[in-house]
This record gives sequence, C-alpha cells and structure tokens, in this order.
Amino acid sequence: MSDSVWILGTSMTRFARHADRDVVDLASEAALGALTDGGVTVHDLDVLACGSLFSAHAGIGQQLLGQIGQTGIGVYNVANACATGATALRVGLMAIRSGEASMAMAVGVEKMGKMGLLTSSPRGSKEAKVFEPSGRYGSVRSVDGILGTKTMPGVFGQAGMRYAHDHEGVGFDQFARIAHKNHLHSVLNPLAQYQKKFSLSEIKAAPMMAYPNTLLMCCPTGDGGAAAVLVSSERLRTLSADQRRRAVKISASVLTSDPYVEGGQVQPDVNTLTRNAADAAYEQAGVGPEDLDLVELHDCFASAELIHYDNLRLCEPGGAGDFIDSGAPYRDGSTPVNVSGGLISKGHPIGATGVANLYEVTTHLRGEAGDRQIPDARAGLAHVIGLGSSCGVHILERSAA
Amino acid sequence: MATQRIPLVRYLMLEPEPHLVAQQCGSCGARFFDRRNACGSCGGRDFEPAPVAPTGHLRAFSIVHRADPGVAVPFVSAIVETSDGTTVRANLLEVAPDPAEVHLGMAVRLVTYPAGTDSEGTECVAFGFAPAGV
Repeated sequence: MSDSVWILGTSMTRFARHADRDVVDLASEAALGALTDGGVTVHDLDVLACGSLFSAHAGIGQQLLGQIGQTGIGVYNVANACATGATALRVGLMAIRSGEASMAMAVGVEKMGKMGLLTSSPRGSKEAKVFEPSGRYGSVRSVDGILGTKTMPGVFGQAGMRYAHDHEGVGFDQFARIAHKNHLHSVLNPLAQYQKKFSLSEIKAAPMMAYPNTLLMCCPTGDGGAAAVLVSSERLRTLSADQRRRAVKISASVLTSDPYVEGGQVQPDVNTLTRNAADAAYEQAGVGPEDLDLVELHDCFASAELIHYDNLRLCEPGGAGDFIDSGAPYRDGSTPVNVSGGLISKGHPIGATGVANLYEVTTHLRGEAGDRQIPDARAGLAHVIGLGSSCGVHILERSAA
Repeated sequence: MATQRIPLVRYLMLEPEPHLVAQQCGSCGARFFDRRNACGSCGGRDFEPAPVAPTGHLRAFSIVHRADPGVAVPFVSAIVETSDGTTVRANLLEVAPDPAEVHLGMAVRLVTYPAGTDSEGTECVAFGFAPAGV
C-alpha cells in the first residue's frame, strides 16, 4: 500500500517510580532511544506529537525539543485520558497521511509517582456548611460512596460484573487467573515495573480494592516514557536496507469515542467503542483476530482484560471466561495477550501506555524481544481505552518494505 | 416545626413517595439525570421530566474497600436496571458487603435515608437500593 505509514524506530524507558528523574528526562530518554533505533536524528523530523495527561498543558513537547533539538517543527501536545499515547501516535500518522509530513515522532510520557486512586469525584472532603444544590446533578454534598463509586477499580469492577451477569462462566476465579497470567508474563520483561509472579491464591488473598479486583488485579501508578518514529512509504524507500527491513507497517489505526447507549452516562460503557474500533481496524488491515500472533490490550484491571477478550473478538461471543480458563491468552497459548506483563504488572504511566504497547508489538514483529519473543510473530494488535471515553486500536504487521 | 429536608441530588423527589425523575428526550426518549444542553442520543433539544420506576434488578456491582478520605468503606456500589429500563447507580443497602450476599439479578427497590444535617438544621435525604420483598 503506497500510503502506508511505518514505525521506523521505537523505544521505551523502564516503567518504574523514577524518583530522580522528571517528566522531561523520561520523554528525552524515550525520544532519543527511538531516534537512535530508527537511525535518524531530530533534524529529520517534520512534526512532533507529545502525549501526557498531566503535562500536556505545560507544553511537554516543546520542553522535550528544548532538551533534544529545537528545530522549529510543529508540536502537538496531546491529552486524551488513558488513550493519550495512542492519540499522539495518530496525530503523527495523520500528519503523514495528509502529505504535510514524511517523518513524525510520537512520544507518550507520564510522571505519576504514588498518586493512589484516580477518582473523578469533584469535591473531595470539603463539604459545604449549608446544603445548596450545585453542579450538573444539583447535589448538595459529595455523592461518592453514597450513589455508588466513581473510583477506577470500582467502575471497571462493575464492568466485569456486568459481563458476569450477562454470560456464564465468569467470576472471581477468572479475574484472578488473568492477573496470574500477566504477573507471570512480566517476569520476562526487564522494562516492567514489577517482575514477580504470584500464585492464584496470593492474588485472591491480596487486599480487596473493589470487588472483584484485589490489589494484585489492579495496575499500579508509575513513571515512564515511550516513543515511536513514523515514516511514509515514499521516504522509507530512500532509507537503508537495514532500516527498511526493521520497519513495521501500521496496517490499521483507529480512534473511537463512546456512542450513545442507554445508561452509558451512569455506568461508562467501555464495550461498544472498543468493538467499533476493533471492527474498523480489522476491516482497514484486512486482518482478522485469528491472524494475530500477539495482543497488547488495556488491562487497567483484571476485570477490564476479561471483557476486552470479547470486545476485540479474541473469543467466541460471551466466551471470555472459557477463553482464560483454556489458557489461550497465556504466552504459549493460541492468542498471547499482554506478554509484556500488561498494565497490571508492566505498569501504567498513563500517557506512555499507548505508545509502549506499540513498542512491545513492534519488538516482537522484528524478532527482537529476547527472552519473551513470541516465535515468528507476523501481526499484532495494540489497544487502549480511556474513560470518558476514548479507544485506540492499532494493528501492526511485519512486512518487507 | 418539622425539620427542613433537601434531596441529595436534584433528580430525587421526596414527595409524595420518594422516586427519581429523569430528563427524557422528547424526540427519542433517552433518559438522563443531569442538567441537559441537548440529547446525547439524537441531539434533540426538548426534554420532559419522566418518573423512574422505583423497582428493578441488580445489573452489576462492586464492593468498594478503598475510597477517598471521608468515604466510609466497605460499601456496595450497584448498577440497577429499573423495571422501566432506566440505569441508575447508587449504593446497595441492607445487604452485607460480601460477594456471597450480593447476587447479580437480585430484585431491588428504592429506599431513602438521612445523610447528614447542615448548620441550619436542614437534613439531606439520600437514596439507595435494598433487596425487594424483604
């Protein structure tokens, strides 16, 4: 396809709590790594898209160029919840597709430290002395913990339990097994925040955050960066044989928001937009779920990974419980899912996540994933979803340029 | 003089019997609980208040053990589908916060209770759901 866009270079920092490094350090390490990996320099770039949920407003992209090369190119600072990284990548891709650019860099970066629970409750502990209706719901005091929960472990817990309501064979054991798999996978990934396997009983006995998600079924907060250099087919043809050989084709790139469904403004529907994005991506790529050698999906919580097996069409409709029970998504199964360790164990520095999962897939397609390499991987899918909601799906293929 | 009462949220009506009222789109019938600018389903701009059935069933839940400071835990967060097909989120009450006690699909009914008093003596009335027929 002549108008394909390719990943020329990619890199990520280790995900961790980087106490001695700020968000610009992390962005710089990822960006310089991706440029080196792609065999190009900052002077080759036509545009930069820099995603960071908590630093986009501070001009993180310009701060990055201030460290690695102020070439004067256009900079887009991107924030789009947990889909921030995938959105930044799409900004670069669209710039190339439009013909305005032939080489772009997308960076995702976040410095979170120990933020704890991410809640969307607007008021916190400050209560009014005199009750006065305010806000869109005319509430007189904070409703968190009275009208249910808006904490992330709870919201995604409810999403998983709703699937359990509608389908057989899904319960606490299935959610625990997903966390078991991802922690086990992470042992092979030196860039993961945690690299420790846990038994099923340890996972189930861990402190309960929001049933069905125990602490070991929830992603941690953390710090990290990831970057990808994108190039047009035309410009790729001018590069060296080695650069062309290692380039990975972006066969599909899709971003959706949540279409209206009944009750979607009460309990976020993370399913429909994911299904829409997946279906559009399979159509764009001419690739089906059965063709995928690995999938990196948005397991912010174990209960989220389970429902996305179905949303991404990795299992029979309604069959997500059987899918995990069968072992299919383990790295030696028929559809390896989150061989990086996933968000649960690799970590989830929000803005970095959607670029880091493309780094993971790219690394396998190139055959450069070391101990965790999925043998002869030719096609992979990367998925992120941010509440609010926004879903990014990319399909990558190894293909001789 | 009777104690002044105020509902926790604007969409909770205390009289004659406690019930919820949705904003219903005049064009497509979609229901919302917040202040509306237009309809998120069809873009329609006309809304009318629609009483919501006070009974339904438990569609999903989570038992929340960690929350912001000041929020009492554990509690059961419930997603209820009312008998007229409206989705409501509130706590599940009168049930132990234990997965062995909370059953997907269980029948529930709307209940109200006092949830604090302000400096002028006005009582806030909150709502939740409890097992029906108990």
